Amino acid sequence: MKTIKISIYYPVDKITVPLVSTLIKEFDLQVNILHADISLNKTGTLVADLAGDERNVDDALRYIEEQGIGYKLFNKQLIWHEELCVHCGACTAVCPSHALTMSHETWSLEFDKEKCLVCGLCTKACPLNVMSLQD
Amino acid sequence: MKTIAEINERIKNRKAVVVTAEEIIDLVEEKGVKKAAQEVDVVTTGTFGPMCSSGMFINFGHPKPGIKMTRTWLNDVPAFSGLAAVDAYVGATEMSERQGMQYGGAHVIQDFIDGKDIRLYAESYGTDCYPRRDIRTTINKHNVNQAYLYNPRNCYQNYPAATNSSDKIMYTYMGTLLPGFGNVTYSTSGELSPLMNDPEYRTIGIGTRIFLGGTQGFVAWEGTQHDPGQARLENGTPVSSAGTLAVIGDAKKMSSRYIRAAIFDRYGVTLFVGIGIPIPMLDEDMLIKTAVRNRDIVTTLVDKSGREDLGIRLSYETLRSGWVDIKGRRVPTAPLSSLKIARDIASTLKDWIANGQFLLSEPVEKLPYRKERLNSLEIRGE
Repeated sequence: MKTIKISIYYPVDKITVPLVSTLIKEFDLQVNILHADISLNKTGTLVADLAGDERNVDDALRYIEEQGIGYKLFNKQLIWHEELCVHCGACTAVCPSHALTMSHETWSLEFDKEKCLVCGLCTKACPLNVMSLQD
Repeated sequence: MKTIAEINERIKNRKAVVVTAEEIIDLVEEKGVKKAAQEVDVVTTGTFGPMCSSGMFINFGHPKPGIKMTRTWLNDVPAFSGLAAVDAYVGATEMSERQGMQYGGAHVIQDFIDGKDIRLYAESYGTDCYPRRDIRTTINKHNVNQAYLYNPRNCYQNYPAATNSSDKIMYTYMGTLLPGFGNVTYSTSGELSPLMNDPEYRTIGIGTRIFLGGTQGFVAWEGTQHDPGQARLENGTPVSSAGTLAVIGDAKKMSSRYIRAAIFDRYGVTLFVGIGIPIPMLDEDMLIKTAVRNRDIVTTLVDKSGREDLGIRLSYETLRSGWVDIKGRRVPTAPLSSLKIARDIASTLKDWIANGQFLLSEPVEKLPYRKERLNSLEIRGE
């Protein structure tokens, strides 16, 4: 079993390729869509977790490439140095996937690793420098 | 009706009833204004947000032979020493000459409070009485004389929320503003904020003893840009930036839990300052003021790109909900000031008072309540 986090970039002319259903049906992958911005006649992005048999995952990546669709794997992960955090909320202003949110009860910062796109925007937006990307 | 002297007697006898400005809301709901006003002696407030207009005076002590410092650096951050021989002021937003905005005056202050050694380098032209021309050493909070924060403008009563209508990302002192109304940021502890609970400055004035950075401090003066003439709602709270406070306190006794250096990406260095102010429950009017809720207070939304005059007022209840409506679009909101630590401050101050460690003070002088608005800087010829 292998799980990868992937950001897929559709050129304008590939937006109609039924990629997700192919990944599921042909390659027996679990696809968990984290973020999608796709509309007709525009370039699109899709961020997802793909999980499945190691060979199937590798074959699927080759298939995506053969379709003329670009992708990038997230090898890094976001580390939140919670003990240094003041829970101001500045990072939540830029987090595109709502992985970083404020608890409306305690007003503590909450980090949902599963939703994180590892985009790194929060590492700069954090005034206390308590977010970092690590391999 | 109670006097501050009577309340202090109760504090000394550990009989004072103290609640926070959030707790008082439920209490009034439960018991009504009259009963709550009789029972409660003090309401505590708190705020912990980025406050650029902050800094620290230090007296280093005299070396032998002496020096009249004219240019001074602390960890490569320039400090102002156009004062007596070994006095200096390090401003929170001053940046390191080596690291730029990665390290600044705010970091010097936090390192100092944490007891770390700080490199001091100073130059002079040498005088008959102070012959030394330069000095290189390290200082820390144990080997200097006085070190006190004197922050010319803290504790803003209210502040506009920020957004960005342009098509470019903006890096501002209100955080990173995403293009096309991508987000809204705001900075306040709202219903827990000191000056929102005494909106017309009845009890908070010059000389008021406060919680500052983890120790006792004082209100020194009206803050710079103090603007009490701002438009107000019927409950007395201003609809945008209004009152401010200049505050002072002993940096050696502060804690970096409540004084934290910060960097706003591509904007600069600033300092998170923790302030808590107790409000004596003199009468029912004061109690009503402190029972103000986020839904009763508003701020103005400003387009930081300067393209649009939005003219939108938002309640803090709406801002805290996480989403606001701008021209039919659902826009996410984010706070910049920590309500979590503001609550910690209000409750710490509550404990200090309840334990008899912190007495209230009568203001020596009231804060000005003038109608005239602020001047702007005109560009004039000679």
